[in-house]
Amino acid sequence: MILLVVEYANGKVSKSTWELVSAARELARQKGGDTSVTALVLGSNIASIAADVARAVDQVLVGDLAALAQYDPELWSAAVAQIATEGEASVILIGASRSGREYSPRVAVKLDAPLLEDVISLKASGNTLAAQRYTFLARITETIEATGPVAVVSIKPGAFSPAALRAEAAEQFDVDLNLPTPRLKVTGKTAERSSRVSLFEAETVVSGGRGVGSAEGFTQNVEALADQLGAAVGATRAIVDAGWRPYSEQVGQTGKTVQPKLYIAVGISGAVQHLSGMNKSKTIVAINRDAEAPIFKIADYGIVGDVPQVIPAILAELKK
Amino acid sequence: MRILTYIRQVLDAEESVHVANNAVALENSKLVMDTMDEYGVEEALRLREAGAEAEIIAVAVGPARVQEALRTALAMGVDRAIHVETDTRLDPVALSKVLAQIAQHEQANLIFSGGQQADWDSHALGAATAERLNWPQATWTSALELRGTTLSGKHDVDEGSETFTLELPAVITTQQGLNEPRYPTLPNIMKSKKKELRKGSLDQFSVIPKLTTAGAEIQVKTRLNKILDGKDAPAAAAKLVDLLRNEAKVIA
Repeated sequence: MILLVVEYANGKVSKSTWELVSAARELARQKGGDTSVTALVLGSNIASIAADVARAVDQVLVGDLAALAQYDPELWSAAVAQIATEGEASVILIGASRSGREYSPRVAVKLDAPLLEDVISLKASGNTLAAQRYTFLARITETIEATGPVAVVSIKPGAFSPAALRAEAAEQFDVDLNLPTPRLKVTGKTAERSSRVSLFEAETVVSGGRGVGSAEGFTQNVEALADQLGAAVGATRAIVDAGWRPYSEQVGQTGKTVQPKLYIAVGISGAVQHLSGMNKSKTIVAINRDAEAPIFKIADYGIVGDVPQVIPAILAELKK
Repeated sequence: MRILTYIRQVLDAEESVHVANNAVALENSKLVMDTMDEYGVEEALRLREAGAEAEIIAVAVGPARVQEALRTALAMGVDRAIHVETDTRLDPVALSKVLAQIAQHEQANLIFSGGQQADWDSHALGAATAERLNWPQATWTSALELRGTTLSGKHDVDEGSETFTLELPAVITTQQGLNEPRYPTLPNIMKSKKKELRKGSLDQFSVIPKLTTAGAEIQVKTRLNKILDGKDAPAAAAKLVDLLRNEAKVIA
């Protein structure tokens, strides 16, 4: 059995879950025989999530418990490892979100299994699993391999296409879980708030760097262009550190990794840490005053010019 | 108390990355302590400066050159260092077995590790080590305080951040904003030369990696590089919008 752990947010199944389903179906095909795909849903009041997921997999296991109302790495890893052991899962697929990458190593240690982390491709042949992943700040693609009865895999968001739903819903089963008491006590939460589409799910991202000049320059140029295109807004670490934008918008090594269809870099020179968070975008557009800026080397299209002149001109053109 | 800070030596971010024989070649490049690990060293020093009675030990696993990064940690103010010397490449889950055994042997109460390593692009070491020790963890920590045996702090989660409390022993992984790492001063560099840098061998940890690296390739995506001169901004804008609409077909 291939076990995948469902990701959801705000009462809705996340796109990453449908991508996990695609990866799981492909693995099941490669492994052949009667390899089934099982989804595990963990949380509290998650009946509608489980019902949605049932249209994509062969079986849904539901751990709907008050104790799981809040994500915790020790709870999630204990539950996943228990279900993987009971169901004799050969592969456990977890989304490579921040939380997924936090609890998946614990699952691997509990199961004495290898961890294939943040992978972009997967191939099974017999007991061997091969995968590709980015390393060295996303400048290298490495191929890794593990052989054995069980492996834990976290899958990079956006690497697989979302799976199509089936007409028939799979059966759902409630599971009993032996859960530990969480030791990290959460004393407060600050949710990211944005009126725009999330950076992870956006098809277009408009990001700004120092070249926008100021916080006001960011609003007038980057936000205006993003709103015109229905895009998400991103920022470089430099302007987050300067306090112009919130951390939640930071793209790069210590921020978010995005790979939209269109990434527009406004006044961004292109430090390697920033590039590592966006260099897999399908089409990259750069607008920068300095023709020598590294961002132009990875750009499909670009304009060498001043942001306050070029962006209003683009906006005027788009509104024509 | 005793604090371990795990250290990786990685490629300087300004350096180009090279591949030879299907693997990343670091021999002729400038290597530095991973920035994410510098945060851990700095935070351990700050906890002590804020009043915690602590011995701070830097730990690294890797080839002989890795001791340069340990020397940097000693010069920053760490008390002593342990270097498990090996040319075997260990994945983070295998490596956690070494780190956990050292923590047990040294009777450590707190371990710092980088939030994401700049070579593996991995988040796994801190959590895997915590699991082996049956300790709790806080990942992507951007603020930290210690009162008695209680840590309190702030860390990043999927869609935002949380404040938390945690009892020692614990593993903390770092995030930007945690602190501004200090530069080693000349007197401290001189003093660090007298500090203990103990060598260990991988043999004593009975680690068998379950993951192998079969190949490495430099990521090159061919880009169109159609760069326009923006001196006439309206003309350049019109051309760009036309290309995005009709050639790339990425905007409506």
